[in-house]
Amino acid sequence: MAGIGGADTTQKKVGWGLLNAVVVAYALFPVLWILSLSLKSSKTLADGNLIPREISFENYSNIFATTEFIRALANSIGIAIIATVVAVVFGTMAAYAIARLDFPGKNLLVGVSLLIAMFPQVSLVSPLFEIERGLGIFDTWPGLILPYITFALPLAIYTLSAFFREIPWELEKAAKMDGATPGQAFRRVIAPLAAPGVFTTAILVFIFCWNDFLFAISLTSTEQSRTVPAALSFFTGSSQFEDPAGSISAAAVVITIPIILFVLFFQRRIVAGLTSGAVKG
Amino acid sequence: MAEIVLDKVTKRYPDGALAVQEVNLEIADGEFVILVGPSGCGKSTTLNMIAGLEDITEGELRIGGQRVNEKAPKDRDIAMVFQSYALYPHMTVKENMAFPLRLAKVDNATVEKKVADAAEILDLAQHLDRKPANLSGGQRQRVAMGRAIVRNPKAFLMDEPLSNLDAKLRVQMRTSVSRIQKQLGTTTVYVTHDQTEAMTLGDRVVVMRGGIVQQMGAPQFLYEHPANLFVAGFIGSPSMNFVPASLADNKLQSVLGEVTLTDRIRRLLEGADAPREVIVGIRPEHFEDASLVDATAKTDGGVFTSQVEVLESMGSDKFAHFLLSGEQATSADLADLAKDTGDDTSVGGISLVTRLSASSGAKEGEPSEIWFDADKVQLFDPSTGKNLTYTER
Ligand SMILES: Nc1ncnc2c1ncn2[C@@H]1O[C@H](COP(=O)(O)OP(=O)(O)O)[C@@H](O)[C@H]1O
Ligand SMILES: [Mg+2]
Repeated sequence: MAGIGGADTTQKKVGWGLLNAVVVAYALFPVLWILSLSLKSSKTLADGNLIPREISFENYSNIFATTEFIRALANSIGIAIIATVVAVVFGTMAAYAIARLDFPGKNLLVGVSLLIAMFPQVSLVSPLFEIERGLGIFDTWPGLILPYITFALPLAIYTLSAFFREIPWELEKAAKMDGATPGQAFRRVIAPLAAPGVFTTAILVFIFCWNDFLFAISLTSTEQSRTVPAALSFFTGSSQFEDPAGSISAAAVVITIPIILFVLFFQRRIVAGLTSGAVKG
Repeated sequence: MAEIVLDKVTKRYPDGALAVQEVNLEIADGEFVILVGPSGCGKSTTLNMIAGLEDITEGELRIGGQRVNEKAPKDRDIAMVFQSYALYPHMTVKENMAFPLRLAKVDNATVEKKVADAAEILDLAQHLDRKPANLSGGQRQRVAMGRAIVRNPKAFLMDEPLSNLDAKLRVQMRTSVSRIQKQLGTTTVYVTHDQTEAMTLGDRVVVMRGGIVQQMGAPQFLYEHPANLFVAGFIGSPSMNFVPASLADNKLQSVLGEVTLTDRIRRLLEGADAPREVIVGIRPEHFEDASLVDATAKTDGGVFTSQVEVLESMGSDKFAHFLLSGEQATSADLADLAKDTGDDTSVGGISLVTRLSASSGAKEGEPSEIWFDADKVQLFDPSTGKNLTYTER
C-alpha cells in the first residue's frame, strides 16, 4: 500500500504541477501580451510577435509626456486611497459591532449591506449622474469617492467581520480584567490582532476602486477627476492617425504597478496564524 | 485584599435562562474558595458576576464591604485566570505579564521588578521574550497566572485554570496554585468541575447544581456530612455507593442484608421524619473483607456475600467491584450525577465499589463475604434527596 501510495503522490505532484502551469499561463498570457505591446515601437506594433523584435520605451515616454495620463494617475491614486481609508475605518467599526454586539437592527444592517453589495452598479449610474449634477459634485473627486465607499463598505464589513469573529472573545474579557477600558482593549488587543484582516480588506477595497471603469467613465467629464481606466479610453495616440494601442498598453502596464506594490507592501503584514497561541494548550 | 460577599445573587440571561439562583456566599479575606459542580451548573456565571463580566440580575455583590454591582471590571481590582488562558498572542510573555501594570501606568522600573518577581515565582524567567504560540500548555498556564499575580489584586478568580493540561501536569500545577495562593494570601475563588481539585485545593468548597448552592463547607466536612444525595455522590472518588433500602423497627433491609441501626443513627433519624423507603449511602472505605473483622464488630455491622466482579489491587488496598441483583436506587439527584459523568448505562443491577485491606483474600470471579460498618451508613430520602442522617458534627 505504501509503495503504491508513494508512486501515487509523485504522479499527483506532476499532475498538479502541470495543471498549475496551465492555469498560470492562461492567466498571465494577456498580461504578457500587453507588456509586449507596450514595449514595441509604433512600426512593429501590429506584427503579431509575442517577443518584440526591438525593445522600445517610446510608448512610455509618450504617455508621460502628456498631462492627460499623469493627471489621471494622480486622480486614481488619490481617489482610491481616500475611498479605501474611509471604507476600512468605518468598515472596521461596523464589523466589530456586528461580530461582538447584539443590538437591535443588527440583522437588518447586515441584510442591507449585503443588498447594496449585490446591487447591479449599472442601474445606479443614471440616478447617480442626476444626483451628482444636482449636488454639484459631478466630475469631482468626491463624486467618485462617495459611490466607491457605498460599494466598498459592505465588502469591508463582510471581510472584516469574518476576521473579528476569529479573534477569541476571551482576549477582550482578559483585557477588561487587566484593567483596560473598552477603548484600550480595542486599541491594544483587538486592533493589533485584527490588523491582517484590515490589510486584506484594504487591498480588496483598493483594487475595487482602482479598477472601476463604470463609475469613472459615467461620473466624470474632464481630466479634472478622470481616473486611469476612464482616461485610457480617451487615448488617441500622439497623432490623430496613429494607433493608440501602444500607449494604452503602456498605460495599462503602469497602472498595474501600484496594485502590485500595494499587495506586496501589505502582504508582509498579513502574517498567517497571528492569533495562534492565544487560547488553549 | 478583601472579603467578597454574594448576597442573594441571581443571574437570568437575556434569553430567559436562569443560570444562578439566590447564591449567598461570604468569602473571608485570604480564603481559598472552590466552586464545584457539573458542567452547566452556573459556576462560570457566578465567577463572571464577581468579575464584572456579567451583570447581576438580582442581589448584591460586595467586595471589601462596598457594593460593586455597577462597577466595571477594571474598577473592581480583581484578576482572573481563564480556562483558555486568553494570552495576548501578539505580545511576549513579558509584555503579557506587564500588561495590567502598563494599563495602571506603573513606572517602568516597578514593572520590570514585578514581572521579574512573578516570573521567578512561576519559573518563567527564561521564557520572558517568547511569544505564547511558542510555549507549552503548562507554560502558557503559568503566564496566565503570572498576569494575574503581578499587580497584587484584591482577589483572584480562576475558571477551570487547569482543565486544559494533561493529568500529570494538572497535579503539579494544582500544588503550585495552592502554594502561590498561600504565599500571597490573596482571596481566591476557583471554579472547577473536578471534585479531586475541589477536595485538595480549597479551604472551603461550594457545591452547585442547576444554579443553586447545594452545600458549602470544608472539604472533609462535605465528604463526611453531605447534605444530600447529590453532594454525597459528587464528592469522593470512587464515589459513594447507593442502595435502595427499607426502614422498619429500627432495622434497615436491603440487598446488603439486614442491619440494626446504631444508636447514633437512630437518634439522628428521630427528628428527620424518615420515609419507609430510603436510599442507603456507604463509602467504599466503610466496607471490609468479613474475615478480617473481629467477631463483635461483625455482628454489629452488615454482612453479605457476593461474587467479586472485578478486583483492582492498588498495593496499599484493594478495590473490589460487585454487581448485586436488584433495582438501582433512583432519585433526581442521582440522575443528575449520572448525566454529568455520562454514565447512564443501566448495568442491570446494583453496582458496588468496596475498598478492602490489602491482606484481603478476595479473588476475582469468586464469592466473597463482605462486611460494612453500620454506624457509617448515611440514609437519604429518595424523593427530596435530603440526607436524613445529616449532622453538623
Ligand atoms: N450567555 C449566555 N446566554 C444564555 N445562557 C447562558 C449563557 N452563558 C451560560 N448560559 C447558561 O447558564 C447555565 C450556566 O452556565 P455556566 O455558568 O457557563 O456553567 P458552568 O461554568 O458551571 O459549566 C448553563 O445552563 C448555560 O447554558
Ligand atoms: Mg464554565
